[in-house]
Amino acid sequence: MNKRLVFLTPLAIALGLGLILFTAIGKDPTKLETARLNDPIPAFNLKSLADNSQQFSEKDLIGKVSLLNVWATWCPSCRVEHSYLNVLANQGVRIIGLNYKDERVAALTWLEKLGNPYAFTIYDPHGKLGFDLGVYGAPETYLVDQYGVVRFRHVGVVDERIWNQTLKPLVEKYSPTVPKQQSKVQSKPQPKLQTK
Amino acid sequence: MNIQKNGGVLISLIALAFISSSLLANIDLYEFSTEENQLRYRVLTKELRCPKCQNQDIADSNAPIAADMRREVHRLLEEGQDDDSIVSFMVDRFGEFVHYKPQVKPATYLLWYGPWALLGLGVVVIIFLAGRRASNQNKEASEKIDQEDKKTAGKEKPSTLLDQHERVEQLLSRFKDD
Repeated sequence: MNKRLVFLTPLAIALGLGLILFTAIGKDPTKLETARLNDPIPAFNLKSLADNSQQFSEKDLIGKVSLLNVWATWCPSCRVEHSYLNVLANQGVRIIGLNYKDERVAALTWLEKLGNPYAFTIYDPHGKLGFDLGVYGAPETYLVDQYGVVRFRHVGVVDERIWNQTLKPLVEKYSPTVPKQQSKVQSKPQPKLQTK
Repeated sequence: MNIQKNGGVLISLIALAFISSSLLANIDLYEFSTEENQLRYRVLTKELRCPKCQNQDIADSNAPIAADMRREVHRLLEEGQDDDSIVSFMVDRFGEFVHYKPQVKPATYLLWYGPWALLGLGVVVIIFLAGRRASNQNKEASEKIDQEDKKTAGKEKPSTLLDQHERVEQLLSRFKDD
């Protein structure tokens, strides 16, 4: 019986360790879970990118599930994801821009040239809100629910795969049940886009 | 003379090449109200980990986010915040990851106590194996003695040291006689 124990104990340890390590396979260690998960968006008071006289605060994020997309013109990956953000915006997804440590003129030119997927863009030249959110590298996309609470953060480019596999189910999960009819109407043109 | 001159230039060029880039990385100059604050700044920026370049502390990193974090550490220090609240300020924003010494809580129990548990397990295994080996050896030894006893059974066999001594003396005296 002792012999069996001698053989089984290392086997059990190896299996347990293997299981723990297995769950980490394929995880990108550079992608950190946000420390702001399930916290309200930190308070801020920043100007609009488009209009210097307009102010935004955390209250402007309340009301509808939205994606808060952190971007800048100096960020090459932001250019990569931009066209897909346009697609999402056309599908009716509410995307709010956080222009992070950027220059106003460059940012406005960028939107003019590449299209503007954002319901509005917060201008954060010193990265103040970015710092409070824990942004460590653009692009980052935060899923904010209708109460202004952070529900998810994606670090890196948002593309069709990330949207369909990760973001879309969460957007649906946190969307209030009443406007479901709306989302049904909006989801109709989606298959057409996918068949392209 | 000319060679010496060139040699001097060469040596200084080589010396230039060895100036560490990390020395140049962190050149933001902050003024501190007290020397203690400066010392605490140095310790804190060594304790905080850069979220972008994950194997560097923020003192050593030249990522923009590390520069922002250094600026905030300086600001909070000068505001009179203590070390714990500065660290938790960063942890609130960037997660437990950002501190090289994570808090002890259920999520980090494995990290803190896992190695000790494994060490304990190792000790148990060693004691178990050693105990088994010892009992095996005892068994083998006693079996050997038993076997020898069986072999020598019937023959005359020295049983005490005194007997052995006498026998040796007998043998020796025989040689002497020769």
